[in-house]
Amino acid sequence: MSILINKETKLIVQGITGNEGLFHTAQMLNYGTDVVAGVTPGKGGDWVLDGKVPVFDTVKQGVEVTGANTSVIFVPARFAPDAIFEAADAGISLVFCITEGIPVQDMMRVREYLDQKGVRMVGPNCPGALTPGETKVGIIPGNIAIPGTVGVVSRSGTLTYEVLYALKQHNMGASTCVGIGGDPVNGTNFIDVLGMFEADPRTNSVVLIGEIGGSDEERAAEFIARYMTKRVVSFIAGQTAPAGKRMGHAGAIIEGGSGTAADKIKALTNAGVQVARHPEEIPVLIGE
Amino acid sequence: MNLHEYQSKQIFARYGIPVPRGRIAVNSDEAKQIAEELGGRVVVKSQVLVGGRGKAGGIRLAKSADEAQELATRILGMEIKGLPVRRVLVDEAVSIEKEIYLGITNDRASRKPVMIASAEGGVDIEEVAARTPDRIIRLHIDPLLGLREYQARDVAVAIDLPKDYWRQFMTVADGLWRVFVENDATLVEINPLVITKEKRLIALDGKMVIDDNALFRRPDIAEKRDLDVEAPEEISARKYGLSYIKLDGQIGCMVNGAGLAMATMDIIKLYGGQPANFLDIGGGAGAEKVAAAFRIILSDQNVCAVLINIFGGITRGDEVARGILAAIAEVKPKVPMIVRLVGTNAEEGRRLLADANMITAETLAEAAEKSVAAARERCNQ
Repeated sequence: MSILINKETKLIVQGITGNEGLFHTAQMLNYGTDVVAGVTPGKGGDWVLDGKVPVFDTVKQGVEVTGANTSVIFVPARFAPDAIFEAADAGISLVFCITEGIPVQDMMRVREYLDQKGVRMVGPNCPGALTPGETKVGIIPGNIAIPGTVGVVSRSGTLTYEVLYALKQHNMGASTCVGIGGDPVNGTNFIDVLGMFEADPRTNSVVLIGEIGGSDEERAAEFIARYMTKRVVSFIAGQTAPAGKRMGHAGAIIEGGSGTAADKIKALTNAGVQVARHPEEIPVLIGE
Repeated sequence: MNLHEYQSKQIFARYGIPVPRGRIAVNSDEAKQIAEELGGRVVVKSQVLVGGRGKAGGIRLAKSADEAQELATRILGMEIKGLPVRRVLVDEAVSIEKEIYLGITNDRASRKPVMIASAEGGVDIEEVAARTPDRIIRLHIDPLLGLREYQARDVAVAIDLPKDYWRQFMTVADGLWRVFVENDATLVEINPLVITKEKRLIALDGKMVIDDNALFRRPDIAEKRDLDVEAPEEISARKYGLSYIKLDGQIGCMVNGAGLAMATMDIIKLYGGQPANFLDIGGGAGAEKVAAAFRIILSDQNVCAVLINIFGGITRGDEVARGILAAIAEVKPKVPMIVRLVGTNAEEGRRLLADANMITAETLAEAAEKSVAAARERCNQ
C-alpha cells in the first residue's frame, strides 16, 4: 500500500515538450511510472521519447484517449494556474504542480476553485511524490530511496532528498514520500498527508519536514496529538534564519512573532514528536 | 517588495481613494515650493522603507512654507534605522476628527484575502490586536467573487462608522480591494484613514507590499524598487536568479534548494560556527550561475571558509563542479573550501574537483564540522 500514487496511477504530463518536462518524463518512465500522455498546445499529434508518449493539444483530449487520472505540471509560472484549471475541468482528480514562482493570488483563486470541484492538488513549488519501487510523479530522484514503511512528508525539495538518502544509508525505506511545497498557499497541507499515512497499512512511522513561516507545523502538531497513533519524528529548517527575510520560499517568512522554528519545534515536542537536530539524525530517531 | 508611502498613495488615488494633495521633493527648495502651492500648512514626511518614521522625527508639521523648507533640510539629512532619507513627501495638513485603520492581506490559514478594520487607527495595529482584540474586525473575501458591496457595509457597521460616511467608506474599501488584486499585493494598508473636520474620508498614509512572484506581470511596479533597502550583493544575486541573504557569520554557504540551504545554516550553528549567508542556487543551476554565486559569497570580507552542499536532482553535480572550477580560476579564493556533492552526477563532479585542493565530506554533519574547523584555523578564532 501507499498513499496518493501507486501502480494504478496513469499520468498525463502538462508541459511535456519543455526542457524540464521532457527530462523528468524520461526519468519517470525509467522508474516505471505509467506516463500515458503529454500535453503541449500546438504540438498535438507528436510523439516524444522515441515514440513512447503521445502528445495532445489539450488535457481533455489526452484524458479521453488515454484514461489518465493524475496530472503533473511543468509549465512556467505565468501559465501554470491555467494549466491547473484545465486539468480540473478535464476530469483529473489529482494534480501535482511542480512549477515554482506562481503569484499567491492566483493560487488562492485556484485553490478555491479546486475545493469546489473536489480536486486535490499537491504543490505548487514542490518536488512531487515517490512511492519507491512502484511509481514516481515529479522530480524526486528515484535512486535515493528504497521501499519501506516510513512515510515522509515535507515542505522542502532537496531537504527531502537529504532525508530519503539518510534513511537509505540506514537501510530504511519509504512507503510514500510527498513534497507539499514551500508556498504560502498550496493544495495539500501536512494534516491532509498525516491523515493518509495514519490510514495506510504499510506506513509504520512518519517523518515530517517543516520550515519557518506560516502555522502548518503547529496545526500538524495539534492533529498528531489528537489523531495519530503512529510514531512521528520531525526536522524543522530555519533555526538560524533572521526574522522578516524571505529565505527563497515565499512561504518561509516569519510573520509577526509566529512562524519561527523555535515555536514549531516547541509545538511538535509538546505533541510527543521527536525533533531531530539535523536531517541525518532522523533515521537514528526512527530506529530507537 | 515594499512600496513607499508616496508610491502607494499615488496608486490609491488612481483607484478613487481620496488622498491629501501633495508631491514628492528631493531638496528643501522643492519642499518650500510645494508648501507654497498648498497654502503653507503642510506635513513633511520622510520616505524610507522602515517603520517608526514618526518616532524618529521623520514626520513633522510645518505652519509655513519657510518652516517646511527648514524641516525638509533637516529630514533630508537624516538616516532612519540605517537608511538615508532621499525624498520627502510634502502633503497638505488635514484637520483630523477621527482615525480609522483599514487593510487587506492574505490569510494563509484560510487561504483567502482578509480585510482588517478597526475604529482605532493611527496607532500600531498589532498593538491594538494584542491589547483589545475585539476592536479588530476581520472579514474574509472570496478570491473568486471579490469584495461584495454588502461586505464593505458590514465592515462600516462593525467599526461603528456613522451612516453618513458609509458611501464614502464603501468607495474606499472597494478601491482598496481593487488596488490589492490589480497590483498583486500581499498587503495594502491605510493607517490612518481619517475623517476630517470637513466630513471627508482621506487616506493619510499608505503602505503596499507586492508579491515578488507577480512582478513579471507588473513591470510598472517592478521598476519602483528601492535599492537602498537591499545589500548590493542581494541585488546582484537577483540578476542571476540566485536567492541570497547576507548574514553576520564567517562560513559562506552555497546550497541548492531553500530548505536544504536553511538546514545547512542550522547545522553549521549546531557545530559551533556561524553562517555568513543564505544562498540557494536554485534547481538546474549551470556553471555560469554557480560562478556568480561564488563571487557573491567571496565578496563578503567576513567569510573564513565556504561550504558547498549540493544534493543533485535537477541540478547536476558535474555542472556545479565546472562552475566552481571556473570561479576559482577567476576569483582565486584564499579561504578553505569544503564541498559535499550527492545525487545526480555527483561522482563525475567529485572527480572534476579532485585536483582543486578542496576539503571533501560525505555527510552533512561531516561537512559542517570540517567547515567550522577550517574557518577557525583560517581566521584564528
